Amino acid sequence: MEKYNVYAARLLPKVDYLGSGHRACQGCGEVLAMRLVHKALGKNTIVASATGCMEIISSPYPESAWKVPWIHVAFENSAAVASGIEAGYKALMRKGKYPKRKINFVGYGGDGATADIGLQWLSGAMERGHDMVYVCYDNEAYMNTGIQRSSATPLGASTTTSPAGKASTGQQTWKKNMPEIIAAHNVPYVATVNPSYPFDMFQKVQKAAATPGPAYVHVYSSCPTGWRMRPELAVQIGRLATETGIFPLYEVENGVYRMTHEEGDLRPVRDYLKPQGRFRHLTDDLIDSIQARIRQDYRKLQLKVRMSQEERDGDE
Amino acid sequence: MPPSVDPKKPPQTLMQGNVAVAEAAIRVGCRFFGGYPITPSSEVMMRIAQLLRENNGTFIQMEDEIASICAVIGASWSGAKAMTATSGPGFSLMQEGLGYAYFTETPLVLVDVQRAGPATGQATHVAQGDVMQFKYGSHGDYYPIALAPWSVQELYDLTIRSFNLAEKYRVPVFLATDEAIGHARENIEIYEEFEIVDRVREGEGMPFGHDAPDGVPVMPAFGDGASLMVTGSTHNPQGFRKVDDPDVHNNLVTRLMRKTMDHVDDIVETEEYFLDDAEIAFFAFGISARTAVAAVRRLREKGVKAGLLRTRTLWPFPEKQITEVGKQVRALIVPELNKGMMASVARGYSQAPVHQINKTNGYVLEPEELIEYVEEELS
Ligand SMILES: Cc1ncc(C[n+]2csc(CCOP(=O)(O)OP(=O)(O)O)c2C)c(N)n1
Ligand SMILES: [Mg+2]
Repeated sequence: MEKYNVYAARLLPKVDYLGSGHRACQGCGEVLAMRLVHKALGKNTIVASATGCMEIISSPYPESAWKVPWIHVAFENSAAVASGIEAGYKALMRKGKYPKRKINFVGYGGDGATADIGLQWLSGAMERGHDMVYVCYDNEAYMNTGIQRSSATPLGASTTTSPAGKASTGQQTWKKNMPEIIAAHNVPYVATVNPSYPFDMFQKVQKAAATPGPAYVHVYSSCPTGWRMRPELAVQIGRLATETGIFPLYEVENGVYRMTHEEGDLRPVRDYLKPQGRFRHLTDDLIDSIQARIRQDYRKLQLKVRMSQEERDGDE
Repeated sequence: MPPSVDPKKPPQTLMQGNVAVAEAAIRVGCRFFGGYPITPSSEVMMRIAQLLRENNGTFIQMEDEIASICAVIGASWSGAKAMTATSGPGFSLMQEGLGYAYFTETPLVLVDVQRAGPATGQATHVAQGDVMQFKYGSHGDYYPIALAPWSVQELYDLTIRSFNLAEKYRVPVFLATDEAIGHARENIEIYEEFEIVDRVREGEGMPFGHDAPDGVPVMPAFGDGASLMVTGSTHNPQGFRKVDDPDVHNNLVTRLMRKTMDHVDDIVETEEYFLDDAEIAFFAFGISARTAVAAVRRLREKGVKAGLLRTRTLWPFPEKQITEVGKQVRALIVPELNKGMMASVARGYSQAPVHQINKTNGYVLEPEELIEYVEEELS
């Protein structure tokens, strides 16, 4: 696959529940991801969406793109709304008012909606154990309101509220690790996915939906507009994110860590940073320190995977 | 604290409204901003983030609006002049903190760039729908101050005034602006000198009480040496929690009310246009007052004796001024971008019948709409 810059995932289902004609920017990695998520979830799905780009671009008449029921309440609370939908449905199924069947209750949010304003609502939903899937579409800033930093913005990225310039080198803090935070809730399923790896993504979203109880899926979502890069790089940059170890693809199933896509030798992070305007100002020193931290985080993850493996081998 | 502007920079004249807020805040001594992005207010935050860095202040983008208002409260008690800016859904989330700030006499400035609600509404469109939320947004008896600018110049000037009133009365002050003014670009005059009021940090008396029933107590900062206790529960003049004494609660609620309501003459500002011989008058604020003044001029050309009472203060409400105008005219017309919020309050004070012109489609009123109303309903 390395030889090809662009390839079509022909083996995925043709049917779409997020239709075409929405208003996303050219090269939007987030809407590509959302479309793939819905291929995996299928039609028995109810969506509670947070405020954000995906809400805005998929809902305006006459460009509304949804073929499944969809509700937007506010910015911070899609996990709570999905909790209520799930609980209400379950009650009515228990009472025999609705036929018993498998429905995917899903909550959506961007990185801001998930890691900042909506974190406690998500934590509550995960802790209560609703049978739901929460999907975080992480484009690493508040894109809908004009590229402000979030706690998921990577170190060094220039945004309108972490501007790079004479006084600053852009975002000053390391990216909040959302998948780990949710894994610490001991939910049955956590996964990272990347639409540049559509089959891996498809399988994990299906697994998340099939898992009884809460599941969390963290989606890498490239944003050419906010990252100041060429739109045709949207998919390629996603591959670089994983190839450099910046966005490793893994899952945590009942506490067991597993890499779903192994990289041999990691590519230098420079390859990933270079095409993006938001990182243009980074000095060699800064890039080196980012490189060191990425290696360290990747290594930690590998150790968790190994520990999981050893535990499993020990059990056998 | 002297205003710190870079002397090398020539004063800007063409400015966006939201940017003017940030510029003015820095000059009046604001050194903390905690905020969260939301349309149509984000430019305030984006500009002040930069200005605070250049002026040794602190900007924090918080994780939501609840956190933003609470950080502003914390910064204010650390002694800094502090501000936040928001709109619609964010303003709603801040209400608990605002009630707390009022009850603990915490000076702060909140800029509400109003957009069309309720709920997410029309995020990018103008409205004046928060009139009641300024006054009744938090639970309990609540007498904060809300100022209403009608131009970019006034956004600048009233930002300064908001801080001064907040510091003087130890009260949260709302700068009640809207999308149309916030996003307008206009030429403004930036004067060299102006009055700057700072809270009294040292002096006689307790930090939460005063001998004068309408007095403002001293406000030491954390670290100033006083053993401060600050609580949103009912507290005695020292600040100790005292929730089961009926007198303590009643005295506190009453004193806080009198602190603003006994000073309405100092706080409330109105302006009159062509009122001397007016037979009908508009009563308006913010962007709708600009529509009204244009309508009045044209009505005068047509021989209609129309005038305008414009208020720069929403709360406390300009009761006296309305009463006076109500005695003089045969009709008071309130044009506003909501379903009649100010009109409903004006009815309580105006002897003349109060008419209302309301627009809630996300656009500003046009002078023609006002003229047409007068010609059809009042001639
Ligand atoms: C309470 C509240 N605060 C702020 C906003 C403004 N707002 C709407 S969308 C958005 C940014 C969304 O960012 P993110 O969740 O990362 O999603 P993206 O647009 O980047 O996909 C913000 C700040 C709001 N609608 N409600
Ligand atoms: Mg985002």
